[in-house]
Amino acid sequence: MTQQPVKFYQTGTFTVGNRLLPGDERAVQANMRRTNSLNSGHRACQGCGEALGARYAIDAAMQATGNRVIAINATGCLEVFSTPYPETSWQIPWMHSLFGNAAAVAAGVAAALRIKGGKGAKVIAQGGDGGTTDIGFGCLSGMFERNDDVLYICYDNEAYMNTGVQRSSATPPAARTATTMSVGRHPGNVFGTGKNVPLIAMAHHIPYVATASVANLRDLEAKVTRAMGVSGARYIHIHVPCPLGWGSQPADTIKIARLAVESGLFPLFEAVDGEVTARYQLRRRVPVEDYLRLQRRFAHLFGATPDTQTIAAIQAMADRNVRTFGLEAA
Amino acid sequence: MLKQIEGSRAIAEAVALCRPEVICAYPITPQTHIVEALGEMVKKEEIEHCEFINVESEFAALSVAIGSSAAGARSYTATASQGILFMAEAVYNAAGLGLPIVMTIGNRAIGAPINIWNDHSDSMSMRDAGWIQLFAETNQEAADLHIQAFRLAEELSCPVMVCVDGFILTHAYDRVDIPTQQQVDAYLPRFEPVQILDVDEPVSIGAMVGPDAFFEVRYLQHHKQLMALDLIPRLADEFRQKFGRDAGGLIRSYRCDDAETIVVALGSLVGTIKDAVDGMREAGHRIGVVSICSFRPFPLAAVRAALVRAKRVVVVEKCFAVGIGGIVSDGVRKALAGSQVPTYTAIAGLGGRPVTQKSLVGLFESAQGDALEQLNFLDLKRDVVEREIARGRKQRRAGPSAEAILRDLRALRSGIPLGAA
Repeated sequence: MTQQPVKFYQTGTFTVGNRLLPGDERAVQANMRRTNSLNSGHRACQGCGEALGARYAIDAAMQATGNRVIAINATGCLEVFSTPYPETSWQIPWMHSLFGNAAAVAAGVAAALRIKGGKGAKVIAQGGDGGTTDIGFGCLSGMFERNDDVLYICYDNEAYMNTGVQRSSATPPAARTATTMSVGRHPGNVFGTGKNVPLIAMAHHIPYVATASVANLRDLEAKVTRAMGVSGARYIHIHVPCPLGWGSQPADTIKIARLAVESGLFPLFEAVDGEVTARYQLRRRVPVEDYLRLQRRFAHLFGATPDTQTIAAIQAMADRNVRTFGLEAA
Repeated sequence: MLKQIEGSRAIAEAVALCRPEVICAYPITPQTHIVEALGEMVKKEEIEHCEFINVESEFAALSVAIGSSAAGARSYTATASQGILFMAEAVYNAAGLGLPIVMTIGNRAIGAPINIWNDHSDSMSMRDAGWIQLFAETNQEAADLHIQAFRLAEELSCPVMVCVDGFILTHAYDRVDIPTQQQVDAYLPRFEPVQILDVDEPVSIGAMVGPDAFFEVRYLQHHKQLMALDLIPRLADEFRQKFGRDAGGLIRSYRCDDAETIVVALGSLVGTIKDAVDGMREAGHRIGVVSICSFRPFPLAAVRAALVRAKRVVVVEKCFAVGIGGIVSDGVRKALAGSQVPTYTAIAGLGGRPVTQKSLVGLFESAQGDALEQLNFLDLKRDVVEREIARGRKQRRAGPSAEAILRDLRALRSGIPLGAA
């Protein structure tokens, strides 16, 4: 994205070094006044991408609104690890109701705020991919279609991690989960048609849709900040690696998230009123194999005789993304 | 003001007088006219400061109400039948979170076979969810109970269902006295929740509660229901003083003073039973009726006091626990535990089967001779059922019973012998 003109990058990454920037241009997370909305002490696994994504996103939303955020959480890892009664990690008004109704509950909160004044508070609904792309999909679409004043954030770790790594509609083809075992003639998840919820969100013509990654902090923060400046239904889909479910090293969470972006498997883009307005251009495209090899959920592709056919099919998915979203600079 | 008005319209006008702030609507027969009327009133700004939200399912309807109630808005929705099943998860959730939502149930059967007509299966399926359940006998009471329901819900921080017989009440044009805004305002104070989602006082609501505290939370829900046993009669008394008529309360007795046989029922059925009882009284029978308005909490003590001197009790209920029998009668028997009063159950009116005075009188006369089984099915077509059972014995075949009966009937009519199809 072309958001800031700074050219200084930390070694080995494309992340702008905060120390090289003036204070007012630094990331929310680098700011001493960040709210730590999801405070330390919660029970997420080491290297949890979702915990990272949620803290980045909600802190950015807090800064954008003068600390006036109410969050509604779907059932899932984020809910369970953050609020084991009587403890809570949330420093903001927060409510969990059910697995599949976060978007509807948030719509209700937004309605109440409109009637009661609401002190300028803004509502965020958040959930994992299961709570968003599967069981919560009806409520999500309803919230979009009514254009309720809610930002919905999906933290996509590509399976039902809280229940023990079962397949969701966001699980990629060939991935091993507890319900798409790496056995038989076609190990791992099937090659279905896919379910791109950001594109489905755009088909509702809601004012703002974006994808983001925990590998690109400033981009994620900028998108949340932009979303909080818009009224109506908004959707941000954040790619968050799960070391437990993906069989990856906790220390590799950011690296894997970055490889998903740089391979073209997880395109970063923004859409306003249903039209793509910006996309993250890949500067150094990597083969999908680099991404797949770091995760045990794809280990069956790299046995004594690598499954080149399947790897090529996954590469084709990345190639299609690059074409569809125009990810490569001309 | 007295109006000749459809039951649904009367309910809508009563809800409107309660100054709701968020109304969630999803269509399902027979509650649609209620939310349609409310939607019109909001759009015409006859209800001020109110959001009317058309949602995509009953699950969303109650979920939106959960959100709006948690954020401090007086919240209302209505549903029926399959709708309450589709929102079942949210029904339990609203009670567990202690949110004072008021919901009308336009009582209707549950499929399959799909059926839009009246019985109490839908409300009964949620009887243990932690909601207070009030059953209306007439459209006047249906309207009045909503005014009491908001007060009750908000004093206890507990959701309340007002159960109104589908079609029999919701679609009947009746004379209903709609109170004034001043009257309702004097009875129902503004909603001031103890805890809301507030950016100035951040709290976490709906945490994951483990074995160390879950049990206590459940017990405290029960405690709220016990408190409601005291509060419901008090609110009914205050209602009588302010509005000049009876509505609500735990139970009501009719011609029970010297009654040897007492009939127990819920909802609009009580009206028909009262007529049957009046006729039998004229013929010299000592019979009376107890109507239960508050099914949850179930008023064990009041029911016992009302029934314990009778020689027998007949519970006529529009619901059926398949595999065991009556649902209301379970509570009645519990209330009469240790007494020698025999209690008969009559399942009646399922799926809208008319419950006629003639059938009721026959039932009550059999009861007076103690010639009833413990479990009876009023006006069940025995011949149809027995033919199907016999056919099933001869030829075992899986599949839906309704279609099997139809095949059977068609075979008979066409003259094709059974089993040839």
